[in-house]
Amino acid sequence: MIAQILINAVVAGSIYALMALAMVIIYKASEIPNFAQGEMAMISTYITFVMLQVYGFSFYPALLVTILFAFILGFLFEFAVIRRAKDPNLLGYIIITLGFQMVLFGLAGWKWGSDQRTFSLPFSSSSVIFRTDQYAITEHNMASIIIAILVMAGLYILLKYTRLGLAMKAIQQNKNAARFNGIPADRIMGFSFGISAIVGAVAGILVAPVSTLDPTMMWDPLLKGFAAAVLGGMKSLPGAIIGGLLLGLIENLFGYYISLEFKAVVAFAIIILVLFVKPSGLLGKHYTKKV
Amino acid sequence: MKLKKHYFEDIQLFPNKASIFWSLVAILFLAFLPGLVKTYYLSIVNLMALNILVALGLNLLVGNTGQISLGHAGFVAIGAYAAALMLKAGLPFIIVLLGAGTVAAMVGAILGIPSFRLEGPYLAIATLSFGMAVTIIIGRIDILGGRMGMSVPRIDLSWTGLKYDIALYYVFALITVIMIIFTRNILKSRIGRAFQAIRDSDVAASVVGILLAKYKTFSFAISAFYAGMAGCLWALYLQFVNPGSFNFMMSILFLATIVLGGLGSVTGSVMGAIVMTWLSLQLEKIVEIPFFGEVFVTFTGYFMNPSGIANITWVATGLILIAVIIFEPMGLNGLWLRTKRYWKLWPF
Repeated sequence: MIAQILINAVVAGSIYALMALAMVIIYKASEIPNFAQGEMAMISTYITFVMLQVYGFSFYPALLVTILFAFILGFLFEFAVIRRAKDPNLLGYIIITLGFQMVLFGLAGWKWGSDQRTFSLPFSSSSVIFRTDQYAITEHNMASIIIAILVMAGLYILLKYTRLGLAMKAIQQNKNAARFNGIPADRIMGFSFGISAIVGAVAGILVAPVSTLDPTMMWDPLLKGFAAAVLGGMKSLPGAIIGGLLLGLIENLFGYYISLEFKAVVAFAIIILVLFVKPSGLLGKHYTKKV
Repeated sequence: MKLKKHYFEDIQLFPNKASIFWSLVAILFLAFLPGLVKTYYLSIVNLMALNILVALGLNLLVGNTGQISLGHAGFVAIGAYAAALMLKAGLPFIIVLLGAGTVAAMVGAILGIPSFRLEGPYLAIATLSFGMAVTIIIGRIDILGGRMGMSVPRIDLSWTGLKYDIALYYVFALITVIMIIFTRNILKSRIGRAFQAIRDSDVAASVVGILLAKYKTFSFAISAFYAGMAGCLWALYLQFVNPGSFNFMMSILFLATIVLGGLGSVTGSVMGAIVMTWLSLQLEKIVEIPFFGEVFVTFTGYFMNPSGIANITWVATGLILIAVIIFEPMGLNGLWLRTKRYWKLWPF
């Protein structure tokens, strides 16, 4: 049984890790905790759904359209909303992202209604590809892990070997210095939001088949992703992945051995405890505030 | 401009004759309101009153102390359930009210202890998870009715000799007026100044001798006390409590209320709560607006899903939040102050 728990933990953990990565990419670039992340992913998932069911696309073209849509949505969010705010403080940014989250939530409910739809992908969560008497791995499990690893590898390559990644790292370190060196900081910031939205959208597509497709579907993954990001330290990409996997593991172990009912609560309790002991997260560097 | 020369001038409740006059007008208006409008409108005023209570408390925490809370619905839920249990046990109302506030305040103090080490997004996630956890835990406790919720008995107001709805309105109005004055006095006291010092710079505040841990915890506790009282009123208002209504969106709506009203001001809390309550009630029946409503329904019929038309409330509230931060970060209170300054010198 422990093998099955580990598999479930890694699958849940890789989805949380994707949400956490999306959060951290934006937080590193702009110090904005993006509460609209979940709803952006939800809308993108609906786009995939519409492409598949209404327009009859096959999966990969639909995925491509979704990625393009997510990028544009993220870029527009930065361009039309975040950039227009006149130097707000942290609370102001949180309010803006919450406001955008509400707008997207309302639009999705208005357009598609709040009824739950089933969302099927080429890799289903019911067909098993590998089974022993101890554990079973479904297609969806396998695909989630592979896709998560692909996205993480893609991010690594993007940040390590491309000029865009270099520019993103530069504005993460110091926006003004980057601007003086000829980096179009605003545009790169928009790209950061776009890339983050893509990562979130992939997480949304992976979540939808196991839960259902409705406007509230990303609330829980958003909070778990946020928790994973906080656990790993809000500014560390490896921290986000480790935090996500750790969260998935703790949650599933607790759910099996202690209480399934309070599974959702324990994750948050652990976050609060970790923050109490180490406020900057597991891998975050602690900066003392300069006055 | 008149300068304040004594401390007394700063703390007195009525700085000039005009404020006495307008306060009297407001009190008289509240006193005679039941004779002027139908009972339905009184229930709207009750809803406004309990939103004002939460907004006052949340504004003390967010606007004056600078601590973010995304979990205030959790405190309201705790207050509501505590009140429901105590009312069922048959305790007198004043004890139930204060008891509900105190229970919430104790939970707030416990939450405040870890929070004095956290700031920014870390505090946001901690409070957010608190709010989620409260509703999940309440939904699992059988004595509280689980997910189905529980009904709340009416309080005995027959000694007033009024109809129940009208008597309940007076209870709500009285509590709200008392709490507005109480909040204003807290802000003018040593505690309120400590809160504002922490908001402006916690390092500087601790350098001048403000115990950060004490005052941050205190701020959480007071804020939760207000929310707990509002929870008690909520239980009386609906005569029913269930965990599903105290969700994540409720916490955000509370935050939206004080942002719309204006952070860090009592007037802002009151204005924000009144406008937000009114707005959400109006948006619910948007299709009944003469011309605009028809356009709206036609648009929905062509492009959207008619069953989801109620979701326009979220879209509008979200747009308001974004617009307030972009165009008027001080909220309605800022708008009001600017208007007042403009008319002061009006003909010239």
